[in-house]
Amino acid sequence: MVTLNVNGKAQQVDAAPDTPLLWALRDVLGLTGTKFGCGMALCGACTVHLDGQPTRACITPISAAAQRKVTTIEAIGADRVGKAVQTAWIEVGVPQCGYCQAGQIMSATALLKQNPKPTDADIDAAMGGNICRCGTYSRIRAAIQRVAGQKGATQ
Amino acid sequence: MSARRDSTTSAPSHVRSDSILLANVSRRGFLAGVSAFGGLVLAVGFPAALRAADPPKYGRDGMDDGWVDDPLVFVAIGEDGTVTIVCHRSEMGQGVRTGMPMIVADELEADWKRVRVAQAPGDQKRFGNQDTDGSRSTRHFFEPMRRCGAAARTMLEAAAAARWGVPVGDVEAQNHEVVHRASGRRLGYGALAKDAAKLPVPSRDTVKLKDPSRFRYIGKGNLKLLDAPDIVSGKAQYGIDTRLPGMLYAVVARPPVYGGKVAKYDAAEALKVPGVVKVVEIESSPPPAEFNPLGGVAVIARNTWAAIKGRQALKLEWNDGPNREYDSAAFKGTLEQSARKPGKVVRNEGDFDGAMAGAARRLEAEYYIPHLAHVTMEPPAATVRIANGKCEAWGCIQSPQAARDRIAKRLGMQPADVKVNVTLLGGGFGRKSKPDFMIEAAVLSKAMGGAPVKVTWTREDDLHNSYYHTVSVEHLEAGVDAQGKPVAWLHRTVAPTIISTFNPEAKNEAPFELGMTAINIPFVIPNLRIENPDATAHTRIGWFRSVSNIPHAFAVQSFVAELAAAAGRDPKDFLLELIGPARRIDPRTLGDTWNHGEDPDRYPLDTGRMRRVVETAAREAGWGKALPKGRGQGVAVAYTFVTYVAAVVEVAVNDKGELAIPRVDVAVDCGAQVNPERVRAQLQGACVMGVSLATKEEISYKAGRVEQDNYNAYEITRIDAAPREIRVHLLPGDFNAPLGGVGEPGVPPIAPALCNAIFAATGKRIRRLPIRDQLKA
Ligand code: FES
Ligand code: FES
Repeated sequence: MVTLNVNGKAQQVDAAPDTPLLWALRDVLGLTGTKFGCGMALCGACTVHLDGQPTRACITPISAAAQRKVTTIEAIGADRVGKAVQTAWIEVGVPQCGYCQAGQIMSATALLKQNPKPTDADIDAAMGGNICRCGTYSRIRAAIQRVAGQKGATQ
Repeated sequence: MSARRDSTTSAPSHVRSDSILLANVSRRGFLAGVSAFGGLVLAVGFPAALRAADPPKYGRDGMDDGWVDDPLVFVAIGEDGTVTIVCHRSEMGQGVRTGMPMIVADELEADWKRVRVAQAPGDQKRFGNQDTDGSRSTRHFFEPMRRCGAAARTMLEAAAAARWGVPVGDVEAQNHEVVHRASGRRLGYGALAKDAAKLPVPSRDTVKLKDPSRFRYIGKGNLKLLDAPDIVSGKAQYGIDTRLPGMLYAVVARPPVYGGKVAKYDAAEALKVPGVVKVVEIESSPPPAEFNPLGGVAVIARNTWAAIKGRQALKLEWNDGPNREYDSAAFKGTLEQSARKPGKVVRNEGDFDGAMAGAARRLEAEYYIPHLAHVTMEPPAATVRIANGKCEAWGCIQSPQAARDRIAKRLGMQPADVKVNVTLLGGGFGRKSKPDFMIEAAVLSKAMGGAPVKVTWTREDDLHNSYYHTVSVEHLEAGVDAQGKPVAWLHRTVAPTIISTFNPEAKNEAPFELGMTAINIPFVIPNLRIENPDATAHTRIGWFRSVSNIPHAFAVQSFVAELAAAAGRDPKDFLLELIGPARRIDPRTLGDTWNHGEDPDRYPLDTGRMRRVVETAAREAGWGKALPKGRGQGVAVAYTFVTYVAAVVEVAVNDKGELAIPRVDVAVDCGAQVNPERVRAQLQGACVMGVSLATKEEISYKAGRVEQDNYNAYEITRIDAAPREIRVHLLPGDFNAPLGGVGEPGVPPIAPALCNAIFAATGKRIRRLPIRDQLKA
């Protein structure tokens, strides 16, 4: 039994301590917004925030997440930057199938919180770990730039 | 504006005659996946007489279970005015759950804010064809969905007229209300719903469609993607997200070699893993694979991770079977040998050999494209439970009726007792046309006494056990005159056919594969021969977004640029000259009997449209502009899925041989666009996929096994290497003219345009994909 702090709530997780946070969130806690794509930190679909840092949940054992604050896509809208990112994603029409977008939004939100005016190179570096097979990259870039250009969205 | 979403409709399954259905199960199941690719039926040996009696059926009429336009099937209106519209096609990123209901809502004069969308389960007798593939949804269902919405609108108008006792011609539906013109009286749709439902559905020929000038949503691009709010907040439900009370989680160890099976296994260690509940063998099905599960050993557990760990602990021995030596490097040589000898002639005009003998100069080139995998970001995943003689399934499936029929067959049930719910698909690209993964879940649920079981494919499973895009060698030869103008053209295409997945004897490309830019090229060349030597499949071959157009267009459009370079001509002008003057060509005169299943009279190959997309892309890209050293532009065009797409790619290659793509201009003529915003999105995405397969993607085999395990070995393009700017130029169309496809046509021209640009920038000609580090050599 491991206690996790997920989206501001303490949650008991009945799973082996080496269980990746991804599967604990999805299968045990029913938070299926965080996606499985590779299981090897190669695609970014499973990105969550651990104490505000973008983290691949698929290689993070729950034992390592226990003392930290886990934020998932289900709660990112409660954050001002997260909300602005979600809105920009809809306005720009980023999603196609949408499957990678939870991870994209978590990575983009972390980027913008830490770097409100990212350059193209900053975006490449921060988003390079998130694969989109539907090829929405140009709109992801446009949506990030849109948030960065909005007064007050990231400050 | 937004509409609300419903995950699944509870529309009752349609009961139908079981004896007829049973007799036809295998044929139906087979046809469900492939009949649309006309000509196939004869190719696998169904009696010709059966077909000869049928008049030719084209387009939506030629699809299994055709189409339905009955508003009672697709539209429900609540007394609160909420309009529910059923979407019967699968959403996989193309926007069909927005596009289809939008068509109905427009003709219905519904207010999109009060529309909700319900997803149809697999039931083609009720909804019409549901195979979401072949870039067909909008082109086949635009008209039926318009009639459906218009019929519902007519019923509401009739109900209002009756209520007021006025002639129906005096009333008019407007934005969710019916208005009496003379008095200005109004009644909302909610108030009219009950009366309208009692009226007969007007006959098809009396329904009046809107004049396109009065469309409110169609063609406007003013609606946001229906599912976007759920997607950005993590609420969207994909196949992998299904959760049911008491559900168990399974992963499966499948034979690593196509046609292999379990020799023996020991589950003792696996069963010791905490959370593992049971280990179950799934019986292998010998080739042909069709849509059957590959078999193997399943580990069923309390969560996915326990199942994965349990599978790692299995001791497995495989009997690899006849494909155990499949080696892609050696097979490349086999294909090349075939490509250098004459093969089955599939189109022949003039006298190729004679013209070659008399040509001023002869050129030759060979192109290679390896197997590819779809790697949808959501791997295949499905959940099934069985209770009280009924089976219910949930999955990310492009072909829900085939899933239903195949699950029923495997479980020995009637299709009427099987319900297949369609979730959102985290990408499809043709992989999820095959319901093998859904049948696995059904087999495992049965093994667990009907308990709900979810089968999840890991990325390794997806790469090791997919239905792969074929592998091909394309051999081209041309003879040119003293000015460099081609007088003779030979194209030998050698690739294992998709038919091999259904008939292992099949060694030649089917008409639907040849009709993907191999034989149906409209070039003005007097002596021309297309050949198709034999090739044997050693793995499951399947549809991959844009299918055989990928290798064919790569070879043909690269070779045209090679001929232009040899003649010292501008590649764009040279291409336009080969296409020749604007004319409408009957595809049958090119040897193309398939024509994407469409009526050759309604859908001729229009070289005027082909020229226009080339000219548009070139103009918008600033074709021929001065570029610094290491930069270059390349052009290519392809006519696929009855749509014309040209691309101009601009590349920058530095001294280290590193490639960047600052800009791509794509010009598209797909006829009128129902949702131009999504058409742009599809073309942008297809461009990235084209870049990805051209630069990075390759499935290779050793000892019958796929060598790539995950995204580290099967690399796909990420944001840093994607084209920085993709400009999509939509040519205007007419809503009263036939529509073209959108989902796939954006892929084929990208790889050749990219390689042509690389040639312009560096003088290096790429003939083997992926490019990877070839620019560094
Ligand atoms: S699933 Fe974690 S990075 Fe791919
Ligand atoms: S939107 Fe489909 S994978 Fe990114």
